[in-house]
Amino acid sequence: MKNKYSIFSLIKNAFSQHENWKQAWGDPEPKREYEAIIIGGGGHGLATAYYLAKKHNMRNIAVLEKGWIGGGNTGRNTTIIRSNYLWDASAGLYDHALKIWENLTQELNYNIMFSQRGVMNLAHNLQDVRDLKRRTHANRLNGIDAVWLNTDQVKEFCPIINTSPDIRYPVLGGTLQRRAGTARHDAVAWGYARGADEMGVDIIQNCEVKGIKRNGDQVEGVETSKGFIKTKKIGVVAAGHSSVIANMAGLKLPLESKPLQALVSEPVKPIIDTVVMSNAVHAYVSQSDKGELVIGAGTDAYVSYTQRGSHDVVEGTLKAILELYPIFSRMKMLRQWGGIVDICPDASPIISKTNIKGLYFNCGWGTGGFKATPGSGDLFAHTIANDEPHKLNAAFNLNRFVSGDLVDEHGAAAVAH
Amino acid sequence: MFLINCPYCGERDQSEFSCGGEAHIVRPKQPTELSDDQWAEYLFMRKNIKGVQFERWNHAHGCRKWFNMVRDTSNDKIHAIYKMGEKPPVE
Repeated sequence: MKNKYSIFSLIKNAFSQHENWKQAWGDPEPKREYEAIIIGGGGHGLATAYYLAKKHNMRNIAVLEKGWIGGGNTGRNTTIIRSNYLWDASAGLYDHALKIWENLTQELNYNIMFSQRGVMNLAHNLQDVRDLKRRTHANRLNGIDAVWLNTDQVKEFCPIINTSPDIRYPVLGGTLQRRAGTARHDAVAWGYARGADEMGVDIIQNCEVKGIKRNGDQVEGVETSKGFIKTKKIGVVAAGHSSVIANMAGLKLPLESKPLQALVSEPVKPIIDTVVMSNAVHAYVSQSDKGELVIGAGTDAYVSYTQRGSHDVVEGTLKAILELYPIFSRMKMLRQWGGIVDICPDASPIISKTNIKGLYFNCGWGTGGFKATPGSGDLFAHTIANDEPHKLNAAFNLNRFVSGDLVDEHGAAAVAH
Repeated sequence: MFLINCPYCGERDQSEFSCGGEAHIVRPKQPTELSDDQWAEYLFMRKNIKGVQFERWNHAHGCRKWFNMVRDTSNDKIHAIYKMGEKPPVE
């Protein structure tokens, strides 16, 4: 690696007041033609480019980002990583990602601050208990670590939870995946950008795609704010704006784009050293290394590209948080934001070819795409390079909406989507 | 979050309403004769427009009646509201 980060490079650069660090990735103008173009420079798009270059030896490729690297949903999510999904297809997909996460800092030579602090999912009624126990069994059959905790064990694992039987939705137990956790989300994008750039990938920021040129059923290139770029393969990883790109190619997708909100509190001393999610009351919370409580709220129930969300959604989440954690009652919330997520009818993603040659889509991650970033990039790169899916993403094809073979993770996943 | 002028009740908070998704998707007259592709189109494929979109809404916590709305999804501005069965306004 030409510019390896280590304790020695840190010391060496300290002597020059850290003013001589090389730029982590370049700022090239687009060439006239590429072997492949990735639309969307978020975590998934950059990971796709990284694995295309690394595993499939495609170096003449570009990532087009309309904003800047780390400025999209990559920097808006609540950074939670887990793989405790019910169905075999999802378990395969998300655990593939989790296994890559475990060595990603070393692989990228970039500290993504991956922290396997565990994710606990709470049960609040008898049906929750049955569903979550069933899911732990399914997880373990798929080789994914999962344990069931009773109410006392929940309290022991996270002492600030109110486990009183008197609350509106009492805690009847929960599941725990210890390998799950969090990572520094923008570092993931930066690490992949640096890694891809080093292998010759052009990362082109402030370059918005305006149109997709087709010749019959074969793509020929993209019209962008920096001019026309020729290519035979286009991988679209545009999250909430996937349908917008699809419409440019004359394609309709089974997606609805909605604002998803999150918020953080003022920073406080360490109080919660894990991630706790509750499906039934829709509240989840963790604490960042800066000390902020990181809280995920829900989506608005209508299509909107406004990148804000409704107040009542935040209010509902905070009510649930206060019931479960009375200790947070006087916390002040510092920031709130919304990002546009593209939701599939079955709450599972699409990593797929389309009926247009050379046009591939990686979308539909809905409210939970961050956790899959490395796996998604790896499998999408495989799909683009070989023009056919890897066995781990074969089930996540676009054709499942025609065949009816859906991967229905609504409620089957550990949290409501 | 915005205000919606229910054609039956007047202006109310959006949280009183629920959105029924894209409007004017006609239920197939003869479902038995549909191909899988046509079913997929009817059930799942959506325009999901960034811009002016036609939608169905229901005043769920009010009169519980359905109506149609023309809304710009890029800024949540409502352009028109019309009752079920009425012709959509031409923009």
